[in-house]
Amino acid sequence: MTEKLFMAGNEAIAEAAIRAGCRYYFGYPITPQNEIPEYMARRLPEVSGVFLQAESEVASIYMVFGASGAGARVMTSSSSPGISLMQEGISYIAAGELPCVIVNMMRGGPGLGGIQPSQSDYFQATKGGGHGDYHLLVLAPSTVQEAVSLTMEAFDLADKYRNPVMILGDGFIGQMMEPAVFEKKSESNPPAKEWALTGAQGRKANLIRTLDLNPVKLEQHNRKLQRKFEEMIKNEVRVENYLTEDADIVIAAYGTVARIAKTAIQVLRNKGVKAGMVRPISLFPFPYKAFEEVTQHVGKILVVEMSLGQMLEDVKLGVCGKADIRFYGRVGGMVPTYEEIVTETEKFVKETN
Amino acid sequence: MERVFSRPRTLLPVVTHYCPGCGHGIVHRLVAETIDELGIRENTIGVAPVGCAVFLYNYLDVDMYEAAHGRAPAIATGCKRVHPDRVVFTYQGDGDLAAIGTAETVHAATRGEKITTIFINNAIYGMTGGQMAPTTLVGQKTTTTLTGRHTELSGYPIRVCEMLATLNGPAYIARVAVSSPKYVIQAKRAIKKAFEMQMKGLGYSLVEVLSHCPTDWHMTPVDATKWVEENMMPYYPLGEFKTPEESA
Repeated sequence: MTEKLFMAGNEAIAEAAIRAGCRYYFGYPITPQNEIPEYMARRLPEVSGVFLQAESEVASIYMVFGASGAGARVMTSSSSPGISLMQEGISYIAAGELPCVIVNMMRGGPGLGGIQPSQSDYFQATKGGGHGDYHLLVLAPSTVQEAVSLTMEAFDLADKYRNPVMILGDGFIGQMMEPAVFEKKSESNPPAKEWALTGAQGRKANLIRTLDLNPVKLEQHNRKLQRKFEEMIKNEVRVENYLTEDADIVIAAYGTVARIAKTAIQVLRNKGVKAGMVRPISLFPFPYKAFEEVTQHVGKILVVEMSLGQMLEDVKLGVCGKADIRFYGRVGGMVPTYEEIVTETEKFVKETN
Repeated sequence: MERVFSRPRTLLPVVTHYCPGCGHGIVHRLVAETIDELGIRENTIGVAPVGCAVFLYNYLDVDMYEAAHGRAPAIATGCKRVHPDRVVFTYQGDGDLAAIGTAETVHAATRGEKITTIFINNAIYGMTGGQMAPTTLVGQKTTTTLTGRHTELSGYPIRVCEMLATLNGPAYIARVAVSSPKYVIQAKRAIKKAFEMQMKGLGYSLVEVLSHCPTDWHMTPVDATKWVEENMMPYYPLGEFKTPEESA
């Protein structure tokens, strides 16, 4: 049975998590994502789950470590400064191969920054964030509907790869209300977790560890993790090509900025500028190939972000010098308007024709 | 012939990595005996700390996590909330519990989290080579307090039991020692009681064990046990600081 609900992004993500079988939530309040813990505090007891407000983000992420290690589907959420505090635990969770879902509703930084939307945690989310060689699987929704679908999928992906999955949104996605369809989940039963800690009943004791003082073994463990990331790169790239087929110029944007760019593209096309967009949905693995392919017929790529040029570096890697790249970014909680994107695109076209 | 003494089933038949004269081996055995006597080996999940006892899972035959430094109570919380019918315990040293993990400890205690903590206080950082611990005594020499711990620079050692006993969440808080057979017997009684409190669902329980570290104290094992009794016990008095009858 599918159901259509009108919800804010934060609440929609919380509901999607519950429908994906998440029964445990640990978190600490921080704006702009407080609707997630508040929703969980109300909803989880209704489905015999546990909501627990932790004493810090540090404690939250280790409660997630504990619950995931115990075999449960578990989630936490926070916003930029809180996610920074969690980085230690996220590294341990990746090292211990524990599945979980972490939501980051990004706000302006660095430091305490602000509470308005931002995309300036891209590096932290996609390149590791904590210490050691690891990656999160990072999914970036650009609508409430997509936030619902990706959250539901995130739990399956976390279990499949035994790796933390991050939903990377921003204050805008979290606060915005939109209708969203909740598809009936076909696969909300997690796979059997024979590695989980449940008490050593009739079996050898299980152990969840991240220490190995033997460098030979630790290297082997790192290579094993790396093989998982390579599998993700092979199987989990998600990207939307929007009006790229006949495009002369392509905008690269994700999340909130991508939906603003769609309006800009309509305006540009009405003015006779054939603009399109490559919208990465998975930020790790990054859709390098989509950028490589688009350069076969497009010579100009405008990267637009709510940062001062983070995804830009991945776009450059994908494009590999085969197209001109320009960057337009707003930060500190400033959101680019479609008019600004139109102006930047027109300027780019004019100055390079 | 009747067998009157043997290795507990929960204690694995392996050689430990501990230094000669270390207190950890005694406490491991007491925990293993307790688990055996309560018949909960297949129903128990432990959390190992960062510190000398990080390899606890090599010695106890139960399901176990290895925590990050100080985070054992948060991991135990996550586990217990998923498995409320299992017995969940943490085993932590003084740096782990009373310095880097103070917040996690205090909040697990005040929530009345139904877990048991075995807290080893040997007044020093053992694994990293003998630096000052939060429980290092005033005047005690360590590799980072070369002329002794001075209060103007480093403040005062924390009395964890006394601090936690002010909270409503804990059901049982006790301090014991393992410096002589008499104290070992008392320690065993307290550890068993702490596990029983959890099994009865009464709340958080913690047993602080005054332990000895001959290596980093630069003493013989015999002198180290004497040092516990002559120097630690006056500052860290033994006893039960909280029992269910006194709980609010």
